[in-house]
Amino acid sequence: MNTNMAVCIAVIAKENYPLYIRSVPTQNELKFHYTVHTSLDVVEEKISAVGKALGDQRELYLGLLYPTEDYKMFRKLHNSFTDVMCNPFHNPGDTIQSKAFDGIVSGMMVQTA
Amino acid sequence: MESLTLSDVEQKYYSDLFVYCDTDNTKKVASNGRVLDLFRAAQLPSEVVLQITELCGATRLGHFGRSQFYIALKLIAIAQSGLPLRVESLNSVKDLPLPRFVVGKNEAEARHAALYQDPDSQGLYPAPGTAVIPRPPGRGHQNKKGHPSSTSLPPEPTSPVVSPHQSPPTSPHSWRKHKRQHSGGNAERQPVVAATGAVWTQFREPQTGPVAGDGMWPSHSPPLPGQESWVSFTADTPPSSTLPAMHPSSVQESTTIRTVASAATTNEIQRQSSTYDDPWKITDEQRQYYINQFKTIQPDLTGFIPGSAAKEFFTKSKLPILELSHIWELSDFDKDGALTLDEFCAAFHLVVARKNGYDLPEKLPESLMPKLIDLDDSAEVPEQTADVGYSASPVEVTPNKSPSMPSLNQAWPEMNQSNEDTAIVHPVPIRMTPSKIHMQEMELKRTGSDHNHPTSPLLAKPPELSEEAKLPASMKFVAANTLSRHPFIPPQTSVPLTGHRVEAESIPGGAAVLTTTSPQQIPQQPNFADFSQFQAFAASEQPSSLPEVDKHIEPGQGAGPLRTVKSDGQADERPSATVNSVPKGSSGPLAPPPKPVRRRLKSEDELRPEDEQHGPQKSNVIAAVLATQPSIPRSVGKDKKAIQASIRRNKETNTVLARLNSELQQQLKDLLEERISLEVQLEQLRPFSHL
Repeated sequence: MNTNMAVCIAVIAKENYPLYIRSVPTQNELKFHYTVHTSLDVVEEKISAVGKALGDQRELYLGLLYPTEDYKMFRKLHNSFTDVMCNPFHNPGDTIQSKAFDGIVSGMMVQTA
Repeated sequence: MESLTLSDVEQKYYSDLFVYCDTDNTKKVASNGRVLDLFRAAQLPSEVVLQITELCGATRLGHFGRSQFYIALKLIAIAQSGLPLRVESLNSVKDLPLPRFVVGKNEAEARHAALYQDPDSQGLYPAPGTAVIPRPPGRGHQNKKGHPSSTSLPPEPTSPVVSPHQSPPTSPHSWRKHKRQHSGGNAERQPVVAATGAVWTQFREPQTGPVAGDGMWPSHSPPLPGQESWVSFTADTPPSSTLPAMHPSSVQESTTIRTVASAATTNEIQRQSSTYDDPWKITDEQRQYYINQFKTIQPDLTGFIPGSAAKEFFTKSKLPILELSHIWELSDFDKDGALTLDEFCAAFHLVVARKNGYDLPEKLPESLMPKLIDLDDSAEVPEQTADVGYSASPVEVTPNKSPSMPSLNQAWPEMNQSNEDTAIVHPVPIRMTPSKIHMQEMELKRTGSDHNHPTSPLLAKPPELSEEAKLPASMKFVAANTLSRHPFIPPQTSVPLTGHRVEAESIPGGAAVLTTTSPQQIPQQPNFADFSQFQAFAASEQPSSLPEVDKHIEPGQGAGPLRTVKSDGQADERPSATVNSVPKGSSGPLAPPPKPVRRRLKSEDELRPEDEQHGPQKSNVIAAVLATQPSIPRSVGKDKKAIQASIRRNKETNTVLARLNSELQQQLKDLLEERISLEVQLEQLRPFSHL
């Protein structure tokens, strides 16, 4: 499971600001950030269209464009996200500073040697 | 190279020095400035230094590897003590003081002095020699202007916080003075302290660089909130814990010696990091302290501390939230948002270590991993945290399960917790004459009180295991105890082996079952073998029905409810059990068991005299039961083995279940993926109406 696919990973809070964002440094990050933001619209639409079926995880995932194996990535990300949230020392709304989370995200990003 | 055995203190000290000198972090130290400065600071004639370098092999290699460095340090110590430099003396010299290094750098001193004068460092060192365990607050808070959060930090670690640096600021004078002062008791410590003090001052300079210590510091020196306070940490905390001992005495310069037992703590700390190889090991005193702290938050040692309480507690340590967050991540092993005792100890230990200047590891060290000390952990049922407490108690309650009830007590609570729907065998109701019922009650009581009795087959089968393993075990027991009716392990084992429904409410506990069966079994041995009947019946309410059973039994000596226990079969049993358990069983399976057990014990005792008034049948049973009682002490040992066996079995079950769980998860994952792909296809086929 070492083929990474992500070039940019972002965690967006409810209020539409990023709690966490990281890209492969080589690319034009701004473009990524913009894409992330626009994809929020897709997500929003999907949520409103379908309602709460099967839990948010799947819903949100469908907002992404490429399923299947990326779903594993998403799930992993989501799991580590919940771990961060479970941390009592984490204030919701703070940027995510967890090293463990960073580690997992790095593991998912495209490996640039 | 010659083999070198170092004491723990030496090991630590040398390691710190090595790290300090290892500026390139390459694990070998060239004869660069630091090393040379260090050797110069040893105040030895240069030809001695040269000789040392040669002896340790650095000349040969061209650089100082770790072993060469250590040998060199040891030789320096030897030379400083006036002994001739011999390779053989490396290991033969006993009680060699640590090598001393004079603080040579003026600027370092000045800087350090400046640093130390800041109030933060002032408060660091607890009064020396007060071999009292320092108050917790002292530890970390000392650095922070003496914040007295008394409960937050364990006393032991505080001492490191204290002062090694205190001495450096005052420069060589102070520590020379210290040396003189302390030459008595802590001869070893003294030079260490002094040396470390000096060394630390040197370290101070490159504070932001690779600070000495365990190499852990470098990474963390600046990040924290008050540079100064961290500085003082790093300065004084030498994880090497060598410092503490001496410094307490030298602390006189330091103003606020808040923490009391610096000496004690330093000793503790030294001990705690005694094995350099495992700086994360928790000493017994520390663990005890942690356990006590745990109790202040959560009296039940097997319970959890919720995240919010833990947050408050650790926030008192004044560590930055980010670090506390990291510590939490490391120590909340099961990621359930709550801390078990082990997790709490690990977290506390990390906090302590951090306060003392150790860097936080990226991953949880082995020695801090929560161990499955009790079945609760292995059960790993976060949602049943409320029940965790209970699970422990039944275990404790029935420590001496008779061998025949292996794993019952311990496994049972967990089993019940996690497998409520698994089978706790229901006792099959049997027809019981009033007298029988009464007798059974007696039996039940008696057995209940009598944990040591060989297992009543009925009793304890952890729901899961009962089905397979337990049955044979219980059968064995039953067979063995046909007449004696050994008490079941009341609380948990509600596996009614015999098809008799002893208690109306289907008392899961064997007691009930026993009682019912006893009368019958006395005449008819084969009844014991009727486990198969029980297997089928799962009574998750059984645990909860235990208390009810008790209650029922006690008041109504079985008359009413027991009578209802006609052999109606499970159907009747279940409803009644549920009925009974519902009102009372809301408190999770685990909660009731321990209590009923105790009650049964009492009632059993009370009933015992009554028993003897019953008919011959009962008296037979009673006699049998009583006869078994003397065997209790004998069976304690067997109980332990039984318990261990049951533990093993439970663990096996756990692994099986875990495997099953993972397989199911995998299936679920696959299905979800399928679904996703199907939905995607659907989307593609549908016109993009949503766009």
